[in-house]
Amino acid sequence: MCATCGCGTVDSVHGHEGGLPHDHSHDHSTHTHKVVDVEKDILQQNNLLAERNRGYFEAKNILALNLVSSPGSGKTALLEKTLTDLKGQLEFAVIEGDQQTTNDADRIHATGTKVIQINTGKGCHLDAHMVLHAVQGIKPKQNSVLFIENVGNLVCPALFDLGERERVVIVSVTEGEDKPLKYPDMFHSSTLCIINKTDLLPYLPFNIEKLISNAKKVNPKLEIIELSCTQGTGLNLWYDWLKSKVPVPEPVE
Amino acid sequence: MHELSIVMCILDIAEEYAGKTKYRAIEEIELDIGCLTTIEMNAFEFAWKEGVRNTRLQDAAKKINRIKGKAKCMDCENTFTIENLFDPCPSCGQHLLDILEGKELRVKSLMMS
Repeated sequence: MCATCGCGTVDSVHGHEGGLPHDHSHDHSTHTHKVVDVEKDILQQNNLLAERNRGYFEAKNILALNLVSSPGSGKTALLEKTLTDLKGQLEFAVIEGDQQTTNDADRIHATGTKVIQINTGKGCHLDAHMVLHAVQGIKPKQNSVLFIENVGNLVCPALFDLGERERVVIVSVTEGEDKPLKYPDMFHSSTLCIINKTDLLPYLPFNIEKLISNAKKVNPKLEIIELSCTQGTGLNLWYDWLKSKVPVPEPVE
Repeated sequence: MHELSIVMCILDIAEEYAGKTKYRAIEEIELDIGCLTTIEMNAFEFAWKEGVRNTRLQDAAKKINRIKGKAKCMDCENTFTIENLFDPCPSCGQHLLDILEGKELRVKSLMMS
């Protein structure tokens, strides 16, 4: 029997009960198959570009942070506040990702920080290729902090490595305590979780301990910072964290 | 809809490999998709139908191996199957896990003719 298509090659003429003898032979030259072993990661192209970005950031001693959250958690407001408060202490550049408009980039621009907007159109996440080109455009300075504000979405951006050093997930207390359980991949792949809008806690039936416990179930290593961007409570913790991560340039011998 | 991005990545890989052979048609593509990835299979099927139209994969049969989640507890070293990233170790109840399987997103093979 032919191992490729299963037809009989030894006795190609045979009879069926009640039927006439017929020929099963056919031309094998037009009937060949080949199985190609690929064994390739579907996201390999993205991951290669992400490593390329990472290498660039390391070489230039840039702290790249990927900020992810649902829409409306206060990512841009936190960035505006951070850029204003730490002006003169750290050097910043910002990549803004949104489906449409330059509204967020305009807000960042108003703080006097270098910013570039990526509009993903219908896309629901940034990928390493978009960031590569944005970085070529913005040219972040040596020893600086690069904030990459991802598209507001807790699902898709989890899959795409951008080459960042840390992934920061922001969740606000107006969202559910079960967010980490509903969107585990994002919390699993992040290193820091900022819980924002804590000034609203007195008005909400929200149990912050439950949120933290759920986040730790998904990712026991996740660091947590609670803050209110509008009232300023806890911002010092975020600033300390940021400063602790800023790479100290190594002296060249 | 990151599923569409995933389909486009699969297309690129299939084109790259198929282009290196003398064969023209892809009859079957075999994929590994782990159960712990964020791939929603209904969305994937929808994205596939749209994404492969007028490509070499249009008529290809699609074989998907769903790989179940498997983790090792970092505390007690117990190895067990998990359905969710927040599942505790059934032996000691801890959450610090090393995910061993279930995160696969891989093009395994192509059958060309």
